[in-house]
Amino acid sequence: MVFEPKIVGFLCNWCSYAGADLAGTSRMVYAPNVRPIRVMCSGRVDPTFVIKAFLEGADGVLIAGCHPPSDCHYQEGNLKTMRRIPLLKKMLKQLGVEEGRLRLEWVSASEGEKYARVVNEFTEQIKALGPLNWKVPQPKGGKH
Amino acid sequence: MEKYKLAFYWASSCGGCEVAVLDVHENILKVIEIADIVFWPVALDFKYKDVEAMKDNSIDVCFFNGAIRMSEQEHLAHLLRKKSKIMVAFGACACHGSIPGLANFFYRHEVMNRAYLETPSTVNPDNILPQEVTKVKEGEITIPEFYDTVHTLGQTVKVDYFVPGCPPVPDQIMTLVEALIKKELPPEGSVIAGDKTLCDTCERLREEKIVPQFKRIVHTIPNNEKCFLEEGVICCGPATRSGCGNRCINANQPCRGCFGPAPEIHDQGAKLLSAIASISAINEEERVGEFVNSIPDPAGYFYRFTLPYSMLKRKLLREEKK
Repeated sequence: MVFEPKIVGFLCNWCSYAGADLAGTSRMVYAPNVRPIRVMCSGRVDPTFVIKAFLEGADGVLIAGCHPPSDCHYQEGNLKTMRRIPLLKKMLKQLGVEEGRLRLEWVSASEGEKYARVVNEFTEQIKALGPLNWKVPQPKGGKH
Repeated sequence: MEKYKLAFYWASSCGGCEVAVLDVHENILKVIEIADIVFWPVALDFKYKDVEAMKDNSIDVCFFNGAIRMSEQEHLAHLLRKKSKIMVAFGACACHGSIPGLANFFYRHEVMNRAYLETPSTVNPDNILPQEVTKVKEGEITIPEFYDTVHTLGQTVKVDYFVPGCPPVPDQIMTLVEALIKKELPPEGSVIAGDKTLCDTCERLREEKIVPQFKRIVHTIPNNEKCFLEEGVICCGPATRSGCGNRCINANQPCRGCFGPAPEIHDQGAKLLSAIASISAINEEERVGEFVNSIPDPAGYFYRFTLPYSMLKRKLLREEKK
């Protein structure tokens, strides 16, 4: 069976979600692997959300927000994301999650085409990496 | 009045929690007044079979320190749970996995190879590794199984109270003892510590938490009054539970996070990462690498005391290479 990656996409309400909408209304054809979640700001994406997505079966996580430095509706939410996600990549790598499974992109409301391209590229990238299959270890249960 | 029966046990830990019990100083007399100790391997000569012979629920309170690393520890956790009315996870290792839990960054074979083959002080020409079962002419001898993953006590058995800290402070111990004396026990599952973040209780000077550059503590001499973070020294205060009496902070050292995640949060490491990234002053995309490089070991730093308790619990388990 062909591996179809599950990708969770956190899209900011003001730019990237509108960008994804534009890709849809423009009837662009692109990979169906991203499950979009609309958040008010990419800065709202707590690293815990990313970890939870991986734990619950995501093979990749996409975070898309407004272009830095000044497109953010909340002025500096995207700047926090810009620092947070690369550090999170470094930390997750130490825990065995390839850096390529987490992607940060800036997508404005007018960049439907870019959104479609990013999703296609990212889907191919995750296909090459294969499934993540995170299994949380459990205690043995005291058989001894 | 019939005395309380107390048990103390240590699993994967350094022994500091055993000593912490004595940090209550003369208050220990108060404890002895109300309680008999029925099991305490570090101090008194009892055997496991003595515990096995006890009736179920005959121990009033069991103070269990240390993480669960081996089958023997897991077995004792289950045995003591069965024999005890109240199970207390005592100290950071039992609560969150703590320092022994950092082994979860490695696979079992890596830990074994490091300990028995690779360390410079080891002479082991035949590459002998511990075996669970060894046949000798008198029969078989066995040692406990060494697990691939360190677990917390709470992941192994039901725990009634959590007393975090590396080690816990006398205040926490006396809070619990006094609750026992008054028979006013806190709700099951309570954490016997503060209910705020350490930052909330810190008295150091905070102006504007914006950090031009993060430094390691070894590369700087911290100012005695200012917030560590404002000086660029990573302090785990924003995501760590209070209740320790700010001992490190008062000794001019940043918080290392031993009290575990603050109330309402679960994953201390992820929250710390989030907080540290938020307060960096770097706002140019081309300089983000500088910020990331200034924190050489984010997982080790942010999960120093809580890796087995965290959401991911360990480094991803792949097929173990033999």
